Amino acid sequence: MHAFLGFVRKEFRHILRDRRTLLILFGMPVAQLVLFGFVIRNEVNDVTLLIADPSQDAMTQALTHRLLASRYVDGVAYQTHLDGIEAAFRQGLAREALLFEPGFAERLQREGLARVQVIADATDPNVANTILAYTTAIIQSYEQDLAATTAVSPGIVPNVRMRFNPELRSVYLFVPGLIALVLMLVCALMTSITITREKEVGTMEVLLVSPLRPVPIIVGKVVPYVVLSFIIVLVILGLARTVFGVPIRGSVGLLLAECLLFILCALALGILISTRTSSQQVATMIALAGLLMPTVLLSGFIFPISSMPAPLQALSHLIPARWFLAILRGIMIKGLGLADLWTETLALAGMTGLFLIASIRSFHDRL
Amino acid sequence: MPVIEAHGLTRRFGDFTAVDALTFSVEAGEIFGFLGANGAGKTTAIRMLTGLLRPTSGEARVVGFDVYTQAEAIKRHIGYMSQRFSLYEDLTIRENIRFYGGIYGLPRRAIRARTQALLERLALTEAADTQIRALPLGWKQKLAFSVALLHEPRLVFLDEPTGGVDPITRRQFWDLIYEAAARGVTVFVTTHYMDEAEYCDRVSIMVDGRIAALDTPHSLKQRYQVGSMDDVFLKLARPAASP
Repeated sequence: MHAFLGFVRKEFRHILRDRRTLLILFGMPVAQLVLFGFVIRNEVNDVTLLIADPSQDAMTQALTHRLLASRYVDGVAYQTHLDGIEAAFRQGLAREALLFEPGFAERLQREGLARVQVIADATDPNVANTILAYTTAIIQSYEQDLAATTAVSPGIVPNVRMRFNPELRSVYLFVPGLIALVLMLVCALMTSITITREKEVGTMEVLLVSPLRPVPIIVGKVVPYVVLSFIIVLVILGLARTVFGVPIRGSVGLLLAECLLFILCALALGILISTRTSSQQVATMIALAGLLMPTVLLSGFIFPISSMPAPLQALSHLIPARWFLAILRGIMIKGLGLADLWTETLALAGMTGLFLIASIRSFHDRL
Repeated sequence: MPVIEAHGLTRRFGDFTAVDALTFSVEAGEIFGFLGANGAGKTTAIRMLTGLLRPTSGEARVVGFDVYTQAEAIKRHIGYMSQRFSLYEDLTIRENIRFYGGIYGLPRRAIRARTQALLERLALTEAADTQIRALPLGWKQKLAFSVALLHEPRLVFLDEPTGGVDPITRRQFWDLIYEAAARGVTVFVTTHYMDEAEYCDRVSIMVDGRIAALDTPHSLKQRYQVGSMDDVFLKLARPAASP
């Protein structure tokens, strides 16, 4: 018994003196609890609503006020004509649009029936569903209030349209996310492992003593992974297209170029990790906790960024995959071009540049 | 002309002087033993001599090139083998040889011819297409040494080349070193095995960043009036090692 207790005590000392393991043991559950607790939310509260109201009567005004008073709307664009709806959706200026028919109140009073078209951006099908549920609830409650004050029971007929993803297929949502995740995994994780492996085994020393310069060594190590991950992208895109029917509405060339940019970004991160660590085990841990988790949780891959609390939304700006996902979804689902996506592209390119500079500097310092 | 010539070679890291005014020279074809306790500054000195680390002050020329301005030329003309394995475990013998030949810029034909010669000399022709991981440790080390000489350097650095190997294999490894020296290759070797120190033409012993002694093993033993290199080493290194 004494021997056994001694053994347990020794094991506790191992754990308590290994700060890194301790940090993971206690830090990870706390971080995950906080992240999951805040990230997984179903309410939507920042919808930019476009109201096209050619009628401009008391009823459309009253309904508009009710919609604006509700918590899910955050920002509104109001116009009296029905033009430019398509452009507003493509540029992301509107996530939902309400199109009242001309002479709305008049028809409602005379015929007891009026139409309103509700269009929602269904790039994220879950969010679109939630938005529609909110809207129809508000319309219905207005209808009931109206019925209480007038003799005839009026009927407001919402005509619902899902923009970009009419069948609300979730595969539209997760294919771009999967591409981002896989590229992060292959590029960042694999490069950091392969470089630290050479350090661990001792072959890196021999390479550095050889006439090869450090930069060609790193580039040479990274090239196969660029090729590999590019093939993976092609395979995922091909499968998504043929098996799941996910469209690529924009330019394929632009799509692949943006993928290359993201690959570069992930590689730079991988090199950065590998220059700062000396064992494969640590590199793997840092890549998984520091890159994969945020990519899954904070990029909008599974959980919509718009539903997160403000601090996490702010944090998500630092996640390269967030920008890459916006670009992918824009090109594939919305058919956008570089003109609509230049801010996202610039953000991603800027981050890539920073990581590359940091990793090259770190490489020169450490090896 | 000496193959290595160092004059007041010094490297500081902040306040700590890792290598303090090293002055020595190594002649062509010599087997030069570079001894010292762990932390005495051996690794830092080797890193400077192989062009990996810039000295803080002092001068040194290695195979005729200046360590400050011609580090790349030095790298091309030296061989290097470290205590840890320098061969890729998941590549075959032939693939490893081809890879190292490639990074030293040897033409394809030369690589093929030298691979053949190397395999025959080590009697490994049969095993040419086996992965390194399947080889016994002794073979790996002999192979690593031969690969370090593939581009026919005039000088080869061996950093504890025989760590973790049994005495018989070590002896065989030293036969290879003698053969290389006989062909005119200068050998700069670090070791913790004092029997190996006896095999060297001359030995330097580093203590606290300085060379505490440099001579043939025979003269060193005479000067300190002891019977073995082991005792010479203990006599010199002990005051530094004990707190």
